[in-house]
Amino acid sequence: MMGLGLYVHIPFCARKCLYCDFNSYQSKEYLIDGYIGAVLKEAYGYRNADIDTVFMGGGTPTLMSAGQISRLLSGLADTFDLKKGIEFTAEANPGTLDEEKLSMLLHSGVNRLSIGAQSMDDRLLKKLGRIHSSGVFTETFEEARHAGFDNINVDLMFALPDQTYGDWVDTVNKIVVQKPEHVSCYGLTIEDNTPYRKMYERGELRLPDEDTEREMYWNAVSILESNGYAHYEISNFAKKGRECRHNLIYWRDDSYIGLGAGAHSYYKGYRYANEQVPERYIDAVCKGDSPVVQREYIDRRNEMEEYFFMGLRLMKGIGIDDFEHRFGESPYNLYGKSMDRLLKLGLVNIADNRMYLTEKGVDLSNQVFMEFMD
Amino acid sequence: MITERQKNIRNFCIIAHIDHGKSTLADRLIEKTGVLTEREMQDQVLDSMDLERERGITIKLQPARLVYNADNGQEYVLNLIDTPGHVDFTYEVSRSLSACEGALLVIDATQGIEAQTLANTYLAMDHDLTLIPVINKIDLPSAQPDMVKEEIENVLGIDSSEAVLASAKEGIGIDEILQAIVSRIPYPEGDEDAPLRALIFDSYYDNYKGAIAFVRVKEGSIKVGTMIKMMSTGKVFEITEVGVFRPKPVPCDGLKSGDVGYVAASIKNVSDTRVGDTITDEENPAVHPLPGFKRIPPMVFSSVYPYDSSKYEDLKVALEKLQLNDASLSFEPDNSIALGFGFRCGFLGLLHMDIIQERLEREYDLEIITTAPSVVYRITKTNGEVLYMDNPTNFPNPTEIEQMEEPIADSTIMLPKDYVGAIMELCQERRGVYKGMQYLDENRVMLEYELPLNEIIYDFFDALKSRSRGYASLDYDLKGYQQSALTKLDILVNGQAVDALSIIVHKDKAYDRARKIAKSLKESIPRQLFEIPIQATIGSKIIARETVKALRKDVLAKCYGGDVTRKKKLLEKQKEGKKRMRKVGEVEIPQEAFMSVLKLGDE
Repeated sequence: MMGLGLYVHIPFCARKCLYCDFNSYQSKEYLIDGYIGAVLKEAYGYRNADIDTVFMGGGTPTLMSAGQISRLLSGLADTFDLKKGIEFTAEANPGTLDEEKLSMLLHSGVNRLSIGAQSMDDRLLKKLGRIHSSGVFTETFEEARHAGFDNINVDLMFALPDQTYGDWVDTVNKIVVQKPEHVSCYGLTIEDNTPYRKMYERGELRLPDEDTEREMYWNAVSILESNGYAHYEISNFAKKGRECRHNLIYWRDDSYIGLGAGAHSYYKGYRYANEQVPERYIDAVCKGDSPVVQREYIDRRNEMEEYFFMGLRLMKGIGIDDFEHRFGESPYNLYGKSMDRLLKLGLVNIADNRMYLTEKGVDLSNQVFMEFMD
Repeated sequence: MITERQKNIRNFCIIAHIDHGKSTLADRLIEKTGVLTEREMQDQVLDSMDLERERGITIKLQPARLVYNADNGQEYVLNLIDTPGHVDFTYEVSRSLSACEGALLVIDATQGIEAQTLANTYLAMDHDLTLIPVINKIDLPSAQPDMVKEEIENVLGIDSSEAVLASAKEGIGIDEILQAIVSRIPYPEGDEDAPLRALIFDSYYDNYKGAIAFVRVKEGSIKVGTMIKMMSTGKVFEITEVGVFRPKPVPCDGLKSGDVGYVAASIKNVSDTRVGDTITDEENPAVHPLPGFKRIPPMVFSSVYPYDSSKYEDLKVALEKLQLNDASLSFEPDNSIALGFGFRCGFLGLLHMDIIQERLEREYDLEIITTAPSVVYRITKTNGEVLYMDNPTNFPNPTEIEQMEEPIADSTIMLPKDYVGAIMELCQERRGVYKGMQYLDENRVMLEYELPLNEIIYDFFDALKSRSRGYASLDYDLKGYQQSALTKLDILVNGQAVDALSIIVHKDKAYDRARKIAKSLKESIPRQLFEIPIQATIGSKIIARETVKALRKDVLAKCYGGDVTRKKKLLEKQKEGKKRMRKVGEVEIPQEAFMSVLKLGDE
């Protein structure tokens, strides 16, 4: 049995990006110390858990000072008795890192950095409301290498307002030159309750059309593949052996613990969500109350749905035997008709006892996932 | 022999265009005569349906019995009977008028005479009613009472010095109106010892008492225990309750000639209390019924389907309940390949259709899909057989059709002269035949056209309103059938005919309608996994085509920090939307698509 994933959410940012609907807040740095205390207290409740991967995300974890980072991470290491050789990722935003923080991260056990570059085009970065420029990204990346990080992911976004196909190809090529071990490429979505949503409704965002968006995506796939990255998940690419093990836990529908404001857990058959607002989260935990505000039991039927729509995100798809092993029944018996239909529509393939998305299936993945829902 | 009782009765109705202030005036009359205290007055007491109150239109008011103490010291009973102010209900208007000796003709001082007012005034004249013109809303700054007076003289030929200037809202002129009712409208004739003849002018269904008939007793008398006979059907019932409207139904001892009230007789169905029928006494029957009874056939048909096919039974029950109160609504089971099981419903007109559909949704909480309204066509087959058809789906093969005829309506449109050009153009577009034009006064004009009913029910009211900025009003009267180059237009989605979208259309209009329908479907059918051709055909000939391109992209963004639940919710929502669509072959068609072809806009 594999161990659990551990996710730690740091809901603070220097500035909130215009497209962002993550649980993160600007100008609340004064809460960080109290927040760290609360996270460690919440962690203590899981103290005997066997942890395989750690992912500190945000927000901007690197907004914390070196001292705060040290306090949080050493606290976690004490609580969980973290083994050597686990994957330990920290998200970092260019412009919030310095030598001291990098070295502190490294010495606190972090062995993988995920840097939010988003674009290598300064004009577009500004439009996104990012605080950094492409030059700052390159500096940060080089500093991280210099500090000793040998496993780095770069997050990119495409289909940005005013972004042309050429702009995007340029960004991907500039990243490839840096030789990160891992690259993520996400298409921009206009989320509710964001400034972008309002701008979009007012007609102020000139977004690439659907066809261009797909061309951008598939071109990134081709550039990255020809540079030695395996396209292992819809939006993720890795050099051999450098797949993100923490995210694989999500995609394989395995269990994880989430700590912090708005964090999610999938633990012992239940999905939980924590209180989102940092102040309320801190209050609850400090008073000894549970920060959990949502709890859902995942019955067999639900688990199957999730198994499909998470698992099919992986390019190698789901193993027919794995499914049968987990649920005690063949997917052919349960979903034969749906699988047939999807095969006929050319949205999935079945080979080597695995079912996976075709290229068309990748473009229309929701249509595939819905087939497996009630 | 006329009794003193009868001499103190006045039966009158109010003729008015929608919005001209009928309900408010009725309220003031009730208030003034003290049937209700001011405290008991709910604004517009007599609008019985919520729907009417909400729309601010009155289809029909409840009758009311007012007791008025005149200046001459006499006490009068004034029975207010209402007439629906809409062309769909012309027959009912004529029956209401038959129950009265006089009418208040309410004209908005800011608008002037409208088409429907004119039509109803002519009807009232046909019934020899005494007319009292009331120029309402004189308190408004834009009121032009002199212009309206001129119209009254020119158009109606009534001496305008007889008009009462009033503002129902402000309570101005109400006394004058009451005095005019007493002094000008004749009392009802009719011998109370003659055999019973009572005219049914309305009816409704009460869950406890059965169908209740609203009656005007013309001759004789009626009381609890009387065995009555419906003269059109010969059916016999025993009267269980007799009463008057104050304005709520209040039982009384009996009704005699000249009286207005209601009777209940444990009648199971409103279709046994048909408006216009004559009630007589079974033991001492009248020889002849009162004149004018007609069964009014529905003029407009549309199919109604439950959105959720499991709600078929609920829809049936709802229609049955509506029919209890509305004998003019007809329905029979219908089924469509695209929409499943539903009902083919017949209505008096478009407003009637709208009202029924809205009541189904509102009062019965049903989500429904309706098909484009159709009129009744007369088809002569090559073998000589004559068919009356309202459902395009059932039309015979074109090769079997010798000739097709469509209903034509004599139409009157009243409008300010500035819009004459625009409205004449509209009538031309709608295959209208110009019959005449008349100036009502300096500014207003009356246009007369023969219009195919098929064109009137296709968005004509909206077009009329939008091209005249809301100033034009329309009245029409069915004239008869006329041979016409009609054709059936079918819609194919992904190669498969969608029966619910077929319409009958004039050949000259087919291309235009076909293009509009195809385009509107293209816009309302979401992109799917494959390309979907939308074709409009006449027979095997394709006359319009659009394509819904294949879905190119349908993806979710990343899942933040393991928030699988949110992802699942988004997918569930999408799936729910998919489930709500109707499947025609492999294509999923949303409800909006069926509805959008009904309203294609004017231009």
